[in-house]
Amino acid sequence: MPAQIIQANETPFATVAVDPVTLDIIENALRNARIEMDATLVRTAMSPGIREQGDAFPLIADYQGRMIVGQFGSYIGPFLEGFEGTVEDGDLIFLSDPYSVGGAISHCNDWLVLLPVFKDGRLIAYTSMFGHQSDIGGMVPGSMPIHATSIFQEGVRIPPVKIWKKGVYNEDLIKLVMHQSRTADWCKADLNALIASCRVAAARVVEMAARFGDDMFTSATDLLLERNYRAMKHLIETSIGEDKVSFEDYICDDGMGYGPYKIKCTMWRENGRVVLDFDGTDPQSKASINMFLNENMMRMFFGIYMIMIFDPQILFNDGYYDLIDVRIPEGSLLKPKFPAALSGRTHVLGRLFDILGGLLGQKTPEFLNAAGFSSSPHLFYAGTDKNGKWFQLFQIGFGGIPGRPMGDGPDGHSLFPGFTNVPNEFLERYFPLIIERYETVADSGGAGLHRGGNGIDMVYRFLEDGVIAIHDDRWFVPPWGVNGGEPGARARKVLVKKDGTEIVVGNKLEDYPVEAGDRLHFITWGGGGWGDPLDRDPALLAKELTQGLVTEKGALRYGVVLVDGAVDAAATETLRAKMRAERGPIETFNFGPDLETLRANCLAETGLPAPQAPKWGTVG
Amino acid sequence: MTYRLGVDVGGTFTDLLLFDQTSGKFWRHKTPSTPHDSSEGILNGVTAICEKAGISPSDVEFFLHGTTVATNAVLEGKGARVGLITTQGYRQVMQIARSFVPGGLAGWIVWPKPEPLAALQDTLEIAGRMDADGVEISPIDDAEIRAVLTQLRDAGVQALTVSLVNAYLNGAHEKRVGELAAEIMPDVPVSLSHEVLPEMQEYERTLTTVANASVRPVMRRYVRNLRDKLRGAGMAGSLSLLRSDGGLMSSEKSEEHPVSLLMSGPAGGVTGAIWVGKNSGIRNILTLDVGGTSTDVALIEGLEARRQRDTEVGHLKVRASALDVKTVGAGGGSIAYVPELTKALRVGPQSAGAVPGPVAYQKGGTLPTVTDANVVLGYLPENLLGGTFQLDREGAKKAVQTIADALGIGLMEAARGIIDIVNENMFGALRMISVQQGYDPRDFALMGFGGAGPLHVNAVARLMGSWPAVSPVSPGVLCALGDATTRMRTETARSFSKRVADTAEEDVIAVLDEMARQTRAELLAEGINEADITSQFELDVRYEGQAFEVPLSIDPETLRRDGLKAVTDRFDAEHLRLFTFNMDSAHELVNLRAVAMGPALDLPAPELPASDGNLDRAKIRDHQLWADGAMVPAAIYDRALLQSGDVIPGPAIVVEMDSTTLIEAGCNGTVDHVGNILINLA
Repeated sequence: MPAQIIQANETPFATVAVDPVTLDIIENALRNARIEMDATLVRTAMSPGIREQGDAFPLIADYQGRMIVGQFGSYIGPFLEGFEGTVEDGDLIFLSDPYSVGGAISHCNDWLVLLPVFKDGRLIAYTSMFGHQSDIGGMVPGSMPIHATSIFQEGVRIPPVKIWKKGVYNEDLIKLVMHQSRTADWCKADLNALIASCRVAAARVVEMAARFGDDMFTSATDLLLERNYRAMKHLIETSIGEDKVSFEDYICDDGMGYGPYKIKCTMWRENGRVVLDFDGTDPQSKASINMFLNENMMRMFFGIYMIMIFDPQILFNDGYYDLIDVRIPEGSLLKPKFPAALSGRTHVLGRLFDILGGLLGQKTPEFLNAAGFSSSPHLFYAGTDKNGKWFQLFQIGFGGIPGRPMGDGPDGHSLFPGFTNVPNEFLERYFPLIIERYETVADSGGAGLHRGGNGIDMVYRFLEDGVIAIHDDRWFVPPWGVNGGEPGARARKVLVKKDGTEIVVGNKLEDYPVEAGDRLHFITWGGGGWGDPLDRDPALLAKELTQGLVTEKGALRYGVVLVDGAVDAAATETLRAKMRAERGPIETFNFGPDLETLRANCLAETGLPAPQAPKWGTVG
Repeated sequence: MTYRLGVDVGGTFTDLLLFDQTSGKFWRHKTPSTPHDSSEGILNGVTAICEKAGISPSDVEFFLHGTTVATNAVLEGKGARVGLITTQGYRQVMQIARSFVPGGLAGWIVWPKPEPLAALQDTLEIAGRMDADGVEISPIDDAEIRAVLTQLRDAGVQALTVSLVNAYLNGAHEKRVGELAAEIMPDVPVSLSHEVLPEMQEYERTLTTVANASVRPVMRRYVRNLRDKLRGAGMAGSLSLLRSDGGLMSSEKSEEHPVSLLMSGPAGGVTGAIWVGKNSGIRNILTLDVGGTSTDVALIEGLEARRQRDTEVGHLKVRASALDVKTVGAGGGSIAYVPELTKALRVGPQSAGAVPGPVAYQKGGTLPTVTDANVVLGYLPENLLGGTFQLDREGAKKAVQTIADALGIGLMEAARGIIDIVNENMFGALRMISVQQGYDPRDFALMGFGGAGPLHVNAVARLMGSWPAVSPVSPGVLCALGDATTRMRTETARSFSKRVADTAEEDVIAVLDEMARQTRAELLAEGINEADITSQFELDVRYEGQAFEVPLSIDPETLRRDGLKAVTDRFDAEHLRLFTFNMDSAHELVNLRAVAMGPALDLPAPELPASDGNLDRAKIRDHQLWADGAMVPAAIYDRALLQSGDVIPGPAIVVEMDSTTLIEAGCNGTVDHVGNILINLA
């Protein structure tokens, strides 16, 4: 039974005419309110994940739960459908269990608060925000055990409950939840911050409705959704063909020795709508790399990519959802059955963006970007220091941005929106470690007319014994290049013991002991290249050599011969002519070697044994 | 007689304001700017304004100057070629730039990554390392440093910066590099990060140090040239520049620390507004400085402007105190357009600028701008004062008609729509600095200045509920007025990063006292008397673990008397106001700052004669303008002929040399005793 909405005033909103100027003013004001949510959160949150790295996402929706402004699309619809309770004035809803909301949030670390906004007894909007908590209990510090086989191992699961019920605060509930966390102080502050952000936005919505009138406000939000529908309809008609196009890519492994896992999507236009069909995607994993993908979230991703690739001027909202039909097979990696583990879903999330880019650009290679939205690498380091104090670091790393139609991919930058690194001086001040190196890896970006961004080599020297965990991907299947560009380099993690012994460790690693004095090289992937590397200006390579971004050897991939730092023009011309003659025709995609070759060379190239092909057992 | 001369150089005009400190009498002058060498325009202006006042330049004791030279050098990438020396393993600190990509999901697809301010090929590493307690864990190597310095010298860098990891805690390694640099590259100015900004966060500290070094040569050339020219013209008085934080600093100090000048331009308007407020008894003010391409807004509470720790210029955010001025891309030149796909009405941030400018200016502009909409609606009369400048209303109508057609509405509705949207953008910026910071805008007056501020101030005040809407005296040269009327200021900052509970009060006071001595010494060196210097402490406090600090000012006596408890209590109160909740977490003392200020000036404004009650004296003619959906009768007045106590019923327009004030229907404008027009709901 869907949620029951209790309103003191049941008068439906009237549809009134909204002049175009007022409409734009309301849109603008909503956008400002959303910015205000971000600002409030960053200032009051405490965990480095949220306050320094920005791992939190705001949303303002209309009274029917459709997102007007936000980033990841509305989860309110699926929530309301599955919530067997009331939504009332003075309520504030809190949840974290993906299975309770149709995957609207994707792992239990994301705590979501939802504030129904009432004005004069009527539900007029929702404000909501979710943010990644540093620790919610469970089997490992950080609560994202890559080797979990069930969601019950991943810490506290919060079904939709009310922190405030008709204005009454439920302190016991919060005590109970916080008691599960290894970092309760951070979680308390972060939850406060999420709530404060929603309250700020709710106040703005009420002010807006008071200023323009309730009917005018709700009519305007309808029109904003409609406007987006029209714009997207036009884009779909002009950019998506009726012929089916497919694209597939892989998650390298599941952290338990199996992989790669295939994600496949087929896209076509049918009766004015776009179909995104994930048929052909591998079954769910026994480990935690599953991602419970909500259809609306996928619609939003699709819309954002359409807009960014074809017309970045449009502001988007939920208005176009009817135009997109998302089909996800039950029991697949993207729709696992309860109680499959979900905490390692970040790799699939990143990979979906590579797949979307590959799908949308196939018929229009000039708009195509290379791959590199590949993962959101995590490092956990926890233990008890000499003074008996518990420390726990969760850090998100960054790789290389793919080569793009507009130019090179930036080196070592974030593909996820709003994320920044944690300053190393901050890390050294508050955690027992020293960052000895924080540089990008020369040649790691795929060669291309526009090269991929380089990955980062970040070297941690641990000052205390403890355990680490690593979640990363793109160590086995490289990020592809396009339009002649080459794949980027793969990710790699090397632990150098105090005595100099080097151990290549997995990119999905859990509870691995480290000793004071050990060094960890946390090396991320480079972005794929865009366009023919033989067309890149040789002078640029000479410059990048002095910058340490490429090496003399790396320049040869562009057919550029550098001698003592200068371009040898004659040798370059000869080499380029030879390379042109020897290579075959340029394909749209360059995926690098096929899976069998990757497997055969895996140990030699990566220092790690090849993952075994996944075995599909019976699940659920 | 003591004369203070304020000079503000803008893109189009150089504004001057000469102030007789004893009588409060002032003269103003506008002269075209001379971008190839601003000193020419300045000298033209100095000559003209001294003539007007019947004095000679040698009578000017203080020359006070707001400039965008440093800002433009950063924005246009015309700074010096900067070499950077970093700690081994950190060469790409500027290249990685905290990994941040602006825009939302997929924003990376369309983001043009800016080049680092210190080129990567001019960035080199050296061995040696401090830990997070400031203790050396590996030594530097003189031979390596010499080699690196020689390499940078031979490469031809024009300025050198040194920014080593954890140098904010121990600058010994940086100092040694500085010493060797003085030997190897004696002609190249050197900036050390622990001196420029002894604060945690390697990227921000490096960027700030590099930005400073990059604009130093430009600033030095500019200041020295100006000083020579002024001396040549017979001016013997002191030359000071306006800092981003609204204080003045000597021209010599400006050469060393130009990163403090990046918001010098907008700060002038805010300090001008403070002077106006002081003289008309308005203590809480929101400022609305509307220029051709953008609008700056700021909040003044109790005649003190809010300050912030960061200065944002273009895509760069450097750590230097500045007035909390927000800028939106909405000004008189902002272009209105209707995107094909969404059919929405958008205004700005694209601007027609000074060239080609709005259609009505007849300088080649063809796209409809905010100014054109103002002309169409009758808010900007075609025939401005003196008749030297005729606006092309027909041209403006034609341009705005394209918007009306795209939206399917009438011409006047489209013009009013453009104004409404641009006002809304200004409103949005004002909310960010007021409501968002926990202030109620109804407790503030709204002051509009700059060329177009007084045209919009009435409408925006209505949106904000901020009354009165103030059109200050001389709105067009308020920045120059601000330059002329503010005081000397200097500050120094240091990271502290300790829990208040683990901190001995006397330790904090000892550090602050030392910092106070340092800042007072700077002002003493400028020739200010010890007795005239005021010291102030600022402590940045947060709950341990937060990223956001609240700066709290306290005077040394109060700190000694009430202790740190007074500071944490105020933090809790401020946190509650900003975010609606407090926490039982420990308080952390993040940064300490000491501020020293020169003597506060008591500069009265000259009073107007009392009104004779007959407004016809100032009336130029009858007029028609658009209000509430129709053309309505209105009148145009000459501001120079207004008297204290005049009440102008709206709708009306008040014109002067360089600005136009719009009083809307349903409002009255009252002229106060010093000539400000205070607009209130009738």
